[in-house]
This record gives sequence, C-alpha cells and structure tokens, in this order.
Amino acid sequence: MRYSALQILRQGLTGNRGWKPLWREPQPKQRYDIVVVGGGGHGVATAYYLAKAHGLTDVAVLEKGWLGSGNAGRNTTIIRSNYLLPGNQAFYEFSMKLWEGLERELNYNAMVSQRGIVNLFHNDPQRDAAARRGNAMALAGIDAVLLDREALQRKFPVFDFDNERFPIKGGLWQKRGGTARHDAVVWGYARGADRRGVDLIQNCEVTGFDIRGGVCRGVETTRGAIGANRVAVCVAGSSGRVMGLAGLRLPIESHVLQACVTEGLKPVIDGAITFGAGHFYVCQSDKGGIVFGGDLDGYNSYAQRGNLPTVEDVCEGGMALMPAIGRARVLRMWGGVVDMSMDGSPFIDGTPVDGLYFTGGWCYGGFKAIPAGGYCLAHLVATGAPHPAAAAMRLDRFATGAVIDENGAGAQPNLH
Amino acid sequence: MIIDHPLLGPRDAAEFVYLGDAGLIDRPDWQAGDAARRFDDYLHLRDNPAGEHRELWFHEQGDRSWLVVTRDTLTHEIVRVELARDVALARGRDR
Ligand SMILES: Cc1cc2nc3c(=O)[nH]c(=O)nc-3n(C[C@H](O)[C@H](O)[C@H](O)COP(=O)(O)OP(=O)(O)OC[C@H]3O[C@@H](n4cnc5c(N)ncnc54)[C@H](O)[C@@H]3O)c2cc1C
Repeated sequence: MRYSALQILRQGLTGNRGWKPLWREPQPKQRYDIVVVGGGGHGVATAYYLAKAHGLTDVAVLEKGWLGSGNAGRNTTIIRSNYLLPGNQAFYEFSMKLWEGLERELNYNAMVSQRGIVNLFHNDPQRDAAARRGNAMALAGIDAVLLDREALQRKFPVFDFDNERFPIKGGLWQKRGGTARHDAVVWGYARGADRRGVDLIQNCEVTGFDIRGGVCRGVETTRGAIGANRVAVCVAGSSGRVMGLAGLRLPIESHVLQACVTEGLKPVIDGAITFGAGHFYVCQSDKGGIVFGGDLDGYNSYAQRGNLPTVEDVCEGGMALMPAIGRARVLRMWGGVVDMSMDGSPFIDGTPVDGLYFTGGWCYGGFKAIPAGGYCLAHLVATGAPHPAAAAMRLDRFATGAVIDENGAGAQPNLH
Repeated sequence: MIIDHPLLGPRDAAEFVYLGDAGLIDRPDWQAGDAARRFDDYLHLRDNPAGEHRELWFHEQGDRSWLVVTRDTLTHEIVRVELARDVALARGRDR
C-alpha cells in the first residue's frame, strides 16, 4: 500500500479498517543468497539497499528479538555530519544527503526534521577548535556556521549565558543537522525491503556460523540452520559476542549509554545542543519531551541499564546550561549497549573469513549513519569492493596506523 | 556499584576510574620478533565478554591503588576484588 494524503482520507472515511501490516511474517527458508544478522537500523537498511540498488532480493534479515529492539529503539535521534576528519566526513555527509531524501525514497514518514545542531563553546581554545572544525567541514562541502553569543542568545533565551564558571561564548552550528523518528526509520526501511522480497525474520537469534575451510557458508539459529553465500553482521552492541562465534576478536568494547526524557513541555529548545563544559546534550521531541543524555557510564556492560552517578553528572550539566530544566520531571530513563571502537569510528569491512562481512563500532553515533551505513555495506557485499565513502572504515586500520580518532583520545574506548 | 576494596572496604564505584580488560597487565615483550603484531593485539583487540570480566579500576579519589575487579557485564554484580599488584606478581611480573 502506498501512503499518501488521499490514502489517509480514504481510510479515515472507511473507519481505518484497510491499513495493512508493514511487512510479512515469513518462515525462514533453508538457504538464502545473503543473510543479514541483526534487525536494527543498519541491518534493515543494508537489506533495503541490497534489493533497491543491486537487485539482490534473495535476502533474509535475522533478528533475535523484534525489529528495532536494540539501539535503533533507544537512541536520542540526532542526525548530523559535523565531523573533522576526512575518513568520516564524506561518509556522514553522504548519510546526511540520504536523510534529506529519505521519506520520498521510502514513502514513509520518518519525521526527519532539520532543526539544526549547535556545539557550544565556553572559552578561547574551544572557540579555536570549533572554528577549525567548521573550516574543515566547509572545505569538505558541509555547512557550518560559527555563531556568536548574541546570535545564540536570540535563539536560546532559556540558556544561562552568564554562568560564572562556564559562560557561553558561542557555538558551531550545522543548520542541516537535526532529528528523526528512531523507530520510523527502521520501520520505513523494513517495509521497503519487505516489499522488494526480503524476508524479515524476527525472534531468530544467530547462535553460530557454519565456517569450513575459511569460508562462511551459513549460520546456526534458534530456528534451525540457514545456508548463505554471504553473511553480513550488523549487531551493534552485540558485535563482540556475535563475531566471537566466528572466532574473531574485535577492536571493540561494549559499553552502556544512558538517556532520559521529561514530561511534554511547550517548545523551548530549537534544535539539538551539546554543552561544551560538561557531559550534557539535549533536544526536544515533537511531543514536547526534553530528551537529554551525556557520556557513557564508562565500564564494559551488556546490561542495557546504567548507574545513578552518571545520571547525576548529566543532570548537573543540564542545570549548569539551562537551570530551568530543574523544574521538569524525568518520565523515563534507559540505557543501551553501544559498540565502542578503539578510535571512536566505525567499521564497514570484510573479515578474514570469506563471505563474512561486518559493520560495527557505531559507538553512540550510529543512528545518523543508518542510511549511508546500509548503503555502503550493501555495496561492499554486492560488489566485493568498499564504497568510496566508507573506504577508510577498515578493521585493520590499527595495525596499519590509519586510525580515525576524532577526539585524539587514543585506544581507550570509554574516552571517545 | 560498590567495589569492596581489599584494603579500604566497600567504596562507591564513582570514586574509581575504569581502564579496561585486566589483560592489559600482560604487556608484550617489546624485543620479540613479532612485537608490532603483539602490541596491536594488546592495545586494540578485546574479548569483550558478556558475563564474567576481569578488569582494571583505579582508585583515583581514594588511595590511588589499581584493582582487578571481577564483574559480570550482564548484571554488574562484582564477585571478586584483588590488588592489581598481587595479580601482577602472581603472573610473574616483578612489580
Ligand atoms: C542512549 C543512546 C543514545 C544514542 N543517541 C544517538 C544519537 O543521538 N544519534 C546517533 O546517531 N546515534 C545515537 N546512538 C547510537 C545509535 O543508536 C546506534 O549506534 C545505532 O542504533 C546502532 O546501529 P543499529 O540500529 O543497527 O543497532 P541495533 O538497533 O542495536 O541493532 C542490532 C540488532 O542486532 C540484534 N542482534 C544482536 N545479536 C543478535 C544475534 N545473535 N542474532 C540476531 N540478531 C541479533 C539486536 O537484537 C538488535 O536488534 C545512541 C545510542 C544510545 C544507547
């Protein structure tokens, strides 16, 4: 069913009884050309582009829970391409361009909203770093504007500009950044893949790989063995666990990242904001909830929940930036398991096992990467060669020294 | 999380800084023929288990000792805490 204004009218007049489920619930076949492991954003987007861009439709997505039950359903929905380093810039800007046409492409309302993102700075060195990043972005053809204090004051009257310790001096603004509806992105790609013949198989956990003679010939699952010519693993926080089943160790640690949302309030925050003097970032959902988070808890975890000292630290950051937030009540808080890589940048690559491909290391920023991540992994699996936009995202980059370390923090995942 | 420090008793984990897998104690031999490969492995590759994990914590806001904490990454339950020094000595390091 194609979605349109006319369709809404027609369904509205006939009691909304004609809406169909977004995808089929097929039984798994015994073999596929390509098996995608993990039904988060990257998994379903990869399947979509395999079918759409390469005409490969003998594809299954195997998801251990329900589609979007991992980080795709737990993130704070910020999209942006304000990166400093060449290895990342082309990729995230490609993703930004795909976001800009996504809803027309998918015929699905993913609520992409280019409300802008501002990284605040509070002192001269931070201003220099922001100017440097902005210039690097501009050189790469990405939009960037350095805002001064007065411009910010007009835009965000709710912030405390004269905080004694952390006065706001300005910010780096990417106007084309913004937010999107997290679940809807997964549902839109899943529906698009399903309509092109991809089997989306939920409640199907991959428990092993069939590897013989260095070649991957399929997977073991809780619903039986499934053969495949090529297997693409897109399991984000579970990367270490799943690739361990194939005998591989990764430059990745799994960490917990928490976020919170308040009750619905009137519009007060225009865009997404990161505080430059503490661990706090914030945006406001279309329903009015103030969505905010901060830094990792900092220790390895698969628990999908964190500890209170981190929440306290995040809230302190919030109080320093916008004291009015102290009057809002937090409705929900949650945690997700993020796949932190050793340089804070992701991987889209083949592996030492023939026919086995891997995407991961998405850290706390893989939501915005879903369109390009899916596109580039599909390109790699279909053609055998990396997509130019993701050519730097190799698994062996630590051995070769070609790391992509935006923060210059070194091989310490909890500092990225 | 509460870390039961072998010398100081139970302390809030917020007093500590986390480094990572306790395998970092076993620094490779820099004179070995394949030292570059071993250091790549040591610095970058991790088992990253879901379940029991031995890891290094530093008591930064306390007595500044390094601890090896054995913790379940699925439940955050801490089952054992040792002084990293004792662990290193037991593994044959000289300090
Ligand atoms: C609190 C929080 C806030 C975030 N905020 C942002 C943000 O503002 N902007 C941004 O860009 N990014 C953000 N992120 C990061 C982003 O959510 C992730 O990087 C991204 O969603 C990861 O890709 P994915 O959607 O494919 O992962 P997931 O949705 O986690 O997909 C992986 C899937 O694999 C499945 N799986 C695992 N093991 C198996 C198995 N053995 N067999 C079958 N299936 C399996 C899981 O069930 C899961 O559904 C945030 C993350 C968190 C936790």
